[in-house]
Amino acid sequence: MDDAGSVIAFWLLAALTVGSALGVVAVRDLIRALVLLITSFLGVAGLYITLSADFVAVAQVLIYAGAISILLIFAIMLTPRASRDNAETFLQVPALLLAGLVAFTIGFISLQTDWPIAERGGFGETASAIGEALLDKYVLPFEMASVLLLVAMLGAIVLVRPEGTPEE
Amino acid sequence: MPFDKLRTSGPLAAWYDLRDLGHYARSLLGWLGDDLGAPDWVTYVVSGVIGIVAILLWLLVSQLSFIWIERRVIGRMQARIGPNRVGPRGLLQPIADAMKLLLKEAITVRLADRPLFWLGPVLIFVPAMVVFAVIPFGKGMTLADLNVGVLFVIAIGSINTVAVFIAGWSSNNKFALLGAMRTVAMLISYELIQVLALLGVVIFAGSMRLGEVVAWQSHYNAWLLFLQPLALVSFIIAGAVEINRSPMDISEAESEIVAGYHTEYSGIKFGFFYTAEYFAGFAISAVIVTLFLGGWTAWGLEEWVPGWLLFLSKLYLVFFLFIWTRGTLPRLRIDQLMAFAWKFLLPLALVNVLIAGGEVLAWREGDISSNVALPVFGLANAALAAQLIVGWGTFMGHLKPERRAKRAVLTQELGAIYYVPAGSQGAPPERPLGEP
Repeated sequence: MDDAGSVIAFWLLAALTVGSALGVVAVRDLIRALVLLITSFLGVAGLYITLSADFVAVAQVLIYAGAISILLIFAIMLTPRASRDNAETFLQVPALLLAGLVAFTIGFISLQTDWPIAERGGFGETASAIGEALLDKYVLPFEMASVLLLVAMLGAIVLVRPEGTPEE
Repeated sequence: MPFDKLRTSGPLAAWYDLRDLGHYARSLLGWLGDDLGAPDWVTYVVSGVIGIVAILLWLLVSQLSFIWIERRVIGRMQARIGPNRVGPRGLLQPIADAMKLLLKEAITVRLADRPLFWLGPVLIFVPAMVVFAVIPFGKGMTLADLNVGVLFVIAIGSINTVAVFIAGWSSNNKFALLGAMRTVAMLISYELIQVLALLGVVIFAGSMRLGEVVAWQSHYNAWLLFLQPLALVSFIIAGAVEINRSPMDISEAESEIVAGYHTEYSGIKFGFFYTAEYFAGFAISAVIVTLFLGGWTAWGLEEWVPGWLLFLSKLYLVFFLFIWTRGTLPRLRIDQLMAFAWKFLLPLALVNVLIAGGEVLAWREGDISSNVALPVFGLANAALAAQLIVGWGTFMGHLKPERRAKRAVLTQELGAIYYVPAGSQGAPPERPLGEP
């Protein structure tokens, strides 16, 4: 974070991320909100790159901008047309209060903390280190998470299955 | 880095050394940085701009040529002549097409979602062009040799889905939306297969950096085509789905849903989609060449012939394969394509990953010489691939007839709420409730 390029990149990406995140809340049309959400995800991926976390950045694009957004598209498309907008709800005031509280807490802590500056330089390659950690030291949590996800997927399939076997 | 001899040759290359076109840019950057004392980010931006302009120019020239080649070749395959009026042998036809698209009115439908309607054709360019940033075109000719290159290629490809969906949704046309939803459903199925196919490559090469994969293939004189034939086949099929080529072009099937997601686009906006389709085709071909066909190396030939020339000729050959399939095969139905992805390709791709992992493990742990191991793996994998494809296909085809799926159950159940009029028990559904 010392040369001009990183600083410019940080402020551009931060503006992109926060601006489009605000847009997600403000925009009325759900699909437009989704597009803005994807922009926000991409901005976060860019921020990861400025932190030289290349693997996390690409995973962010792949999983959030590529997969989660598709999931949201399906969710919106399977929703009845009447509830397909970003209108006011009775939860608006509580949600605003809660969000304000969270923002205040995070901001307060980040301003109060005395952030140490790392002595070491940037990271080298993170992908291989992450892979080794996942399949070596943390293999049990990793496998448990995958089994959990598989079970959740099977559960979803069982839930939407029609009763009995289809005739014909 | 284990393969140093294949790395950048540095600024020492002579000006007439055509094997590495990148050294012109590097000497310019060196002059900017060292002699003029420009800060790092200036050289960074300049190198980016040079790379982008070079890639864009190459893409446009290739696309203009391949419009003509494809139309002539398809014409010949279908026993007709093809374009032959504009210029000698119709050579100027692509230019005439481009002028026509530029001059025609780009209509915006009144009920379209205007910002998104405008965004769709712009966004469709992003994945097709950004992929080329990580592709090694030749010795030292990579714009950004990311260490997560393989993952980057897949991640950028997934943006394509979003662009197509935006275009289809914002058109406010049911055929456009149908095409977009087909694309979305297809791409999330075939993305999985792409990832699994490339996993086999990464297991063998031991790196996700595309330059390293090329260097690995050159070092062992073994293209991954020979070691991972199953992965190559599934990647080509998944790639054809991603770039919407026939026989997988069901998202714009003109005999079913007009033109799919770009039904409402005309003029230069349609031209954007048309161009992006070619760019995406070149991108997929470039990835295939880099990962499976040895990239810009060819068993030592790259010392004599410029590597980028080898790369481009391989790329055009692979792209020709896509043209060939388009001229030969009929279009598949959507449920056939989805079933093919989940029931046929996915199990095979998983088995392939297992085989690749086992082989690499045996190779590393058993201390087998690569001169023995790689030919054995190659022969074994070719035999296994043929056996698996034929065996699994026979198994899937010879199930009990009453257990074979006749219709896509889930899509029909969730697709629409049907209205059954009172008094007619079990009558066939007449029309969906949601339709006006």
